[in-house]
Amino acid sequence: MRRTLWIAFFFVALVALLAAGLTLNPREVPSPLVGKPAPHFELPLLHTPDKTFSQKDMLGRVWVLNVWASWCPPCLIEHPVITELSKSIPVVGLNYKDAREDALPWLKRNGDPYQLTVYDADGRIGIDYGVYGVPETYVIDRKGVIRYKHIGPVSPEAAQRKIRPLLEELGK
Amino acid sequence: MTRLFLLALLLAGAARAQDPELEKRVSALSHELRCLVCQNQTIAESNAPLAVDLRNQVREQLAAGRSEQDVIEFLVARYGDFVLYRPPFKAATLFLWIGPFLFLILGSLVLYRRVRRRPEPPALSPAERERAAKLLE
Repeated sequence: MRRTLWIAFFFVALVALLAAGLTLNPREVPSPLVGKPAPHFELPLLHTPDKTFSQKDMLGRVWVLNVWASWCPPCLIEHPVITELSKSIPVVGLNYKDAREDALPWLKRNGDPYQLTVYDADGRIGIDYGVYGVPETYVIDRKGVIRYKHIGPVSPEAAQRKIRPLLEELGK
Repeated sequence: MTRLFLLALLLAGAARAQDPELEKRVSALSHELRCLVCQNQTIAESNAPLAVDLRNQVREQLAAGRSEQDVIEFLVARYGDFVLYRPPFKAATLFLWIGPFLFLILGSLVLYRRVRRRPEPPALSPAERERAAKLLE
């Protein structure tokens, strides 16, 4: 009788362990960048290549950095969510490994929610930001520290449950 | 376009041939680094664009005279420990490293106890012994 109980206990524990494992998303790798200052960049703008923008230009403000590309279908999926976010917070786009002649029409076609977009043609700044699955979204606080990183398309639920409360807390 | 591509390929090949020593180091290090796009491959095996970028990053940094450790630190600072194919031994990964040995010890204990508890085979009576001896002849 005791043995049966033990076996049942182990079985339940194993099922619980595996069930917990199934709910984890292997794509969500905790970023070491959260809590650290946003890596430095100075990149040309997508629309006006002769002008540059640096993350330092946003010091003192809470803002969102959204990594996107015209070749990335999930970017299109999150586009309405980013557009909605951009109504209450400055969103800067980082156009990642894209071609200007593709990226600009994409914005024209789908609407441009970005305060401005910087152009990272060879993906170097992407590496500095630990980008591996476009789209990625960063919330950066007044001091220039990354407070949140979202990998993959931002769903309306994620925006509501994670990003909005954080922006609220940071007092955008 | 194709011609340009071939030229680029040729040039890349030539650059590679220039320094086989460097290529060996790049390859060795690339086999230790996880491609974050296709997570069960190293950046040496994967052809995902990010893996290609990271390989170039590794090559560039090694060529610039940085050590393997420098490059690993560079990537861990950006992608976290997950980029390492061999996870580091630290508090968070303790169970990962010693877990299998714990299970081995646990399993051996259970096995040992079960074997010891197995009842002795019943002793044979002299008559049975005789019969067995006959049968075995």
